[in-house]
Parts: sequence; structure tokens; C-alpha cells
Amino acid sequence: MPNDLSASAPLHRTTEPRVLVRVSDMGKQYRQNSPMVFENVSFDIHQGDFVCLIGHSGCGKSSILNILAGLEQPTTGGVIIDGREVTRPGLDRGVVFQGHALLPWMTALQNVAFAVRAREPAASRHAVREKAEHYLAMVGLAKAMHKKPFELSGGMRQRVGIARAFSTQPRLLLMDEPFGALDALTRGLIQEELLRICTETRQTVFMITHDVDEAILLADRVLLMSNGPSAKLAEDVANPLPRSRTRERMHHESGFYEFRNHLVDFLVRRSALVQSDPNL
Amino acid sequence: MPVQERRLSLFLSLAVLCCGLLLWQYATHPTVSHSPYGIPEGNAEYQRLMGRDAATAHASGFPTPAEFVRSAMDELRAPLRDNGPGDRGIGWQLGASLLRVAVGYGLAVLVAVPLGFAFGLHPVLQRAFNPFVQILRPISPLAWMPVALYTIRNAEGCGIFVIFICSLWPILLNTSFGVTTIRREWLNVARTLEVRWPQRLGLVLLPAAAPAIVTGMRIGLGVAWLAIVAAEMLVGSSGIGYFVWNQWNNLSLSNVILAILLIGATGMLLDSVLALVQRSVRYAE
Ligand SMILES: Nc1ncnc2c1ncn2[C@@H]1O[C@H](COP(=O)(O)OP(=O)(O)OP(=O)(O)O)[C@@H](O)[C@H]1O
Ligand SMILES: [Mg+2]
Repeated sequence: MPNDLSASAPLHRTTEPRVLVRVSDMGKQYRQNSPMVFENVSFDIHQGDFVCLIGHSGCGKSSILNILAGLEQPTTGGVIIDGREVTRPGLDRGVVFQGHALLPWMTALQNVAFAVRAREPAASRHAVREKAEHYLAMVGLAKAMHKKPFELSGGMRQRVGIARAFSTQPRLLLMDEPFGALDALTRGLIQEELLRICTETRQTVFMITHDVDEAILLADRVLLMSNGPSAKLAEDVANPLPRSRTRERMHHESGFYEFRNHLVDFLVRRSALVQSDPNL
Repeated sequence: MPVQERRLSLFLSLAVLCCGLLLWQYATHPTVSHSPYGIPEGNAEYQRLMGRDAATAHASGFPTPAEFVRSAMDELRAPLRDNGPGDRGIGWQLGASLLRVAVGYGLAVLVAVPLGFAFGLHPVLQRAFNPFVQILRPISPLAWMPVALYTIRNAEGCGIFVIFICSLWPILLNTSFGVTTIRREWLNVARTLEVRWPQRLGLVLLPAAAPAIVTGMRIGLGVAWLAIVAAEMLVGSSGIGYFVWNQWNNLSLSNVILAILLIGATGMLLDSVLALVQRSVRYAE
């Protein structure tokens, strides 16, 4: 059984990390004569990368993630994942939704088992259950498996959502502010858990966040979006801290404050400038 | 609710019941005619002349509670008897009505739920059919009767058709409403997991829309039970509605009252069964 999580990691592992996702010149407009939400967005995600997208509310982060998930179509440009153009949702991409999006008539276990079953339609009932239990235990919910979503706290619901996304062993994990609703303490615990799991499984992740420290802890690369409408991808910054960083010790790493100041400065000042002066 | 309050409610219910019975008793208490010529009330001869025998004072009038109970016991002694169309027990008639409702209502569910799903999933269909639904929906089921009689030419079929047509609309509209208002996120979950259509229907769409569907079914069943009595009065040769009409023609008001009470109790029972179903499919978000 899936005790050895690394077995589920992709087998291709060349010295030069492959490009898993290529987003080129993407733009989105919801209605004919409304302004573009964002435009000219291009970036790559390499196999095993943890990429965070930061930007102010309403700049189109969720829209980008939904296009990657195949739930929305881009107006211009496109997304290629693993050599194939994204046109519809698929099991190769796991999504943790901004609202947890658990099915309220199912228990936590059934919610995860639903995803496992979708991945492995032919598996035995026992195998499905065991696998679902495994992923729930992974996010620390072994004791709350049989509760319905309304009986769970906000943080627990988010964790069920994360377990569900992981349980399909996707090539690319898409997370839309997965810790938005959590208190600082729970958030820290789950962040570390997530970092551990992602490192173990070499999971490729695209995550949206508002929280600069969260991005610094988790991301290998941080994408910064300017304010909408017509938001652009303003910067693509690599995280200078070593991957061994932890929440408690990362502020002692050299370069932490420069990096953090760079990000915060972008959010408070430069994100608004990009729009008025595209040459900045 | 605290025990105290519950007890109070129970007490009030009983009080209302007693008041009702007392009123009934008072209103139907056998009275003697008052003579405008000052003949004493106890004068049996005068009473006989006025057509009122002390013993039979009330035989054809509205029964007193005691008379009603006596005659109801009589009727309920053999509720399932079937001595030809003229003499069938009240239970037999009730069963005939229930059977008709089961068939008509069952057909309505079978048609309305899939159709409601189709409407809910395809706004184009919804918009195309909406004018027809809106026009057909407010028609009293009894207004269909002549058309049904002419085309179906069969009393049994007519009853079933009336039940079908009146319970169809609430189920259809509630189902399509329930399906259109399913949270987008839940559909997106199913889409990202590439869940196949049968499972998507059974594990996501149906449970998500179930509360609305069952609400529609509950309304539909209530309407069906209202309509069947009227329909059977018009065309029936059996059924509880026919029974009511027949007993009225026999001037057996006791039996009419008994039938009315039975109709109420049966309707309540049917409704509470669906209320149970409703509770079991409800979910908290
Ligand atoms: N389905 C839709 N139809 C029309 N407009 C939409 C739709 N979804 C999003 N928008 C618009 O697109 C813009 C970006 O929305 P989006 O949800 O992508 O923002 P976001 O960056 O994720 O914001 P937040 O951080 O608050 O979640 C908003 O102005 C929003 O009104
Ligand atoms: Mg968003």
C-alpha cells in the first residue's frame, strides 16, 4: 500500500528538470466588452517545482488556476501540460479549491474515497478505503474520518480537501489559498506537513496565496502579479533560501529579509505601479 | 422544546378537541319542537304530529358524536368487504384510491425527475419548455377531466391521469430548481476527478438535489391526495371520493364524516412518510 509515497512520484527524473507546465501569452476576459482580467501571462513550471502566485485580491489568480485546472478556457494563449494542450479538467491535475468544496452529504472518508475511486475505478472496496484512510492519516485526520464536513472545523475541512487532492496522485497539484481560513498555529502545522509531503513525493505544486511568509517557506519560485484589471505577471523570483528551510529557522537564513522585503515591497508599492507604467 | 411547554401544548390540543366535540354535541343534540301555541314540550302527540318521534328524533339529521361513533364502529367492523359495487367497505374504497394514487403519482415521479434533471442541466431545454410548463401548471386537475374522459374513455385511466398531471408540476419544477442550484464547486470537483456520468449522477447530482426533489415530491403527493377525492366524486365507481358521494346520496352523514376523517388521516400519514424521507436526504453545508 502507499506507505512508500515516493513510489508515486513521476519516474522521469533527468538532470535537467523537465518543463511540466508551459503557460504562454495567456489572457482572460469574462465578457465581450469587459476589460481583460489579466493578459500576456507566460511562465513555466518545472517537474518538482513548488510555485507560489501572489497578487492582490481580484487580480485574477483564481482565474489562472482554474484555467490550469481546465475548468475555464483562456481567451488568448494557452496552457500545455506534459506536451498536451489543456482543454478540460483531468485527473493528472489535483485541485484544492478556495472554498474547501467537500461534498456535504459524505463523511471525510467518503469524500476522499470518492476521489480514490475516481482514480482507480476497478480497485476493490477494501483497497479504496485503505488508501483513503492513509491520506486522511497523512493530514492528521485519522480520528475524524467518519465526520461530515459540517462537523469539522475550518482547518480540518481544508485538510480533507488537501488529502482528497493528494489521494489521486496528480502530476500537478493546484491549490487556491488552501490555508486562507486557518488560524496562524494550524496554518503553520499544515504548511510544514505539506512541505514534508511535497518534498517526499517530489510533488509539483502551483499554489495561490496572500501570505508572503507562506510563500517564502513553501515556494521554490514566487510569481508576482500586478493589480487588475489587465493584470500582468510582473515578476518571477526564485527563492534564495535553501530547501531545508523551516518555519522557525528561516528568518536566520541569509537573504531572508532581502527576499521578504522584496515581496512585501512589491505588494504595497510596485504592484500598483506596473499597471500605470508598463516599462517599470 | 422543554418538557413543560410540550405538556402545555398537549393539554391545549386536548382542550381544543374537547371543545370541538362539545360544540358538535351541542349543535346536534336532539331537540324537541317548540310549539308556537304553548303546547307543553313533553306532549308526545304534538311531537309526533310534527314528524318527530322521541325515539327516532334524529335518525336522518346530522349525527351526534355518540351516533357517529356507533355507526363508525358498524362500518369499521367489515372495512374490506366487497359485496359488489353497491356495498363495499370503507377500507376497500380507501385502498382503491391509494392504488390509483400510487400508479399516477409513481408515473409522475418517473417522468418529472428525469425531465427535471434534463431541464436543470440544459438551460436551453429549460427555457424552451418553460412557457408550456407555466401555462399547464395552474390548471386545476379537474379541468382536465372532460378531456381525459373523452380521450381515455375509462374511469380508472382518468383518475390516474388526473393524479399524474397534478403531481407532475411540483416535482418537475422542484427537481429542475434543485439541479440548477447545485453548487458549482461540487460539479467542478466531479469534473476535475473525471467522474463518469452514472457516478456523477448518482453520487453528486442526485444527493445534491435530493432535498429539493423530495420537497417537490411531498408537495406533489399532497396535491394528488386532494385531487383524487374530487376526481372520484366526478367519475368514480370506486374509491374514497366515490364513497363520500355515495354515502351523501344515501344520506348517511355518519359515513361521510368517517370518510372525511380517514381522508385526513391518510393524507397526514402519506405526508409524514415523505417528511421522514426528506429528513434522511437533508444535508448541512
Ligand atoms: N465566472 C466569472 N464571471 C465573470 N467574472 C469573473 C468570474 N470569475 C472571476 N471573475 C472576475 O475576474 C476577476 C478576477 O477574479 P479571480 O477570482 O480570479 O480573482 P483572485 O485573484 O482569485 O481574487 P482573490 O484573491 O480575492 O481570490 C474579478 O474581477 C472577478 O470579478
Ligand atoms: Mg481567488
